[in-house]
Amino acid sequence: MYVVIAGAGKVGWNLARELISKRHEVTVIESDRSRYLTVEQELEHAIQYGDATELWVLERAGINRADLTIAVTGDDEDNLLICQLAKEKYLCERIIARVNNPRNRQYFELLGIQPAVSATDLILRLIEHEVPSYGTVHLLDLRDEQLEIIELEVPEGSGVIGTRIADVNLPDGSLIISILREGRGFVPKADTVIEKGDEVLLVLDPGLEERITEQFASNRSEAA
Amino acid sequence: MSFILIVGAGRVGSSVARAMLAAGHEVSVLDEDPLSHERLDSGMDTTWEDAGGRFTLGHGLEIDALREAGIEEADVFIASTDGDNTNLTISQIAAKHYQVPRVIVRVMDPARAEWYAEQGLHTICPTSYAIEMFERALEEV
Repeated sequence: MYVVIAGAGKVGWNLARELISKRHEVTVIESDRSRYLTVEQELEHAIQYGDATELWVLERAGINRADLTIAVTGDDEDNLLICQLAKEKYLCERIIARVNNPRNRQYFELLGIQPAVSATDLILRLIEHEVPSYGTVHLLDLRDEQLEIIELEVPEGSGVIGTRIADVNLPDGSLIISILREGRGFVPKADTVIEKGDEVLLVLDPGLEERITEQFASNRSEAA
Repeated sequence: MSFILIVGAGRVGSSVARAMLAAGHEVSVLDEDPLSHERLDSGMDTTWEDAGGRFTLGHGLEIDALREAGIEEADVFIASTDGDNTNLTISQIAAKHYQVPRVIVRVMDPARAEWYAEQGLHTICPTSYAIEMFERALEEV
């Protein structure tokens, strides 16, 4: 896969490093001369100096044959326009934009720049879902697909302990896709029995999270 | 009489603002620099507000500032900040989200001015004019 990355900040540099180690072809574009020179010592020919909102700079980086364009500069307008050009002018199939200020997310949506990733939003979501007493972590929103993926830990006293997957009475529109047990993940079968401390990954329709969380929660007091 | 919202009141934006106000239009200016407010006053007998103009301090990407400046009622939206990327972003928001009937955007980069014009934005590229003027001036050389 050929990936063009706009912005060689911490995010851009590390993304490039990871993608290169996975044998992808990468070109990073950085507009700050001194930052460019720093990163160039490691990435060498995989980084170019220039303003990625300029057409000739994008073209020099080979945007015409890019399979994926990632805009991770510190400036939301730049990220938005770079992705817009990649998608609409250069017909790049996949784009990913970073949103620095979560208040700007709506503009990315409005102009069709998806997915737009905001670190603030991700952390907020983790906090919102970590705070409740039950251990649910919201892992992923597949908004266009209308699906969510959550992870929850089976606490002591939970009613599902000792139950076979096939017998867990999950609401329609939800499915257990994986179990993490003793540091190992596996895809359960119908006769897999849920144990205390299992971390269960589920895919579900939006809105079911609360019901499922209740179902997995400890009901020792009820049983007593 | 139209209601004109101008975001970015540097030399160009403030001159256009004063001219439009003098021509009898309702003019609202949004800029993040208080200095631009003073620039509006300069060369006028009265202050900008006394002459009937509106001024809002804020950034063109802030929804609250745009609303306060009157984007929902605007007939014309002019993006004339000193940043091409800001101008291109806010003008598309004005056109697509607020459905402002006429949107005019300053783009210094000729290549992008041309492409966005093809996409239906009314772009004005001062750089292209400058190039043309230079070439014309050099015809006699």
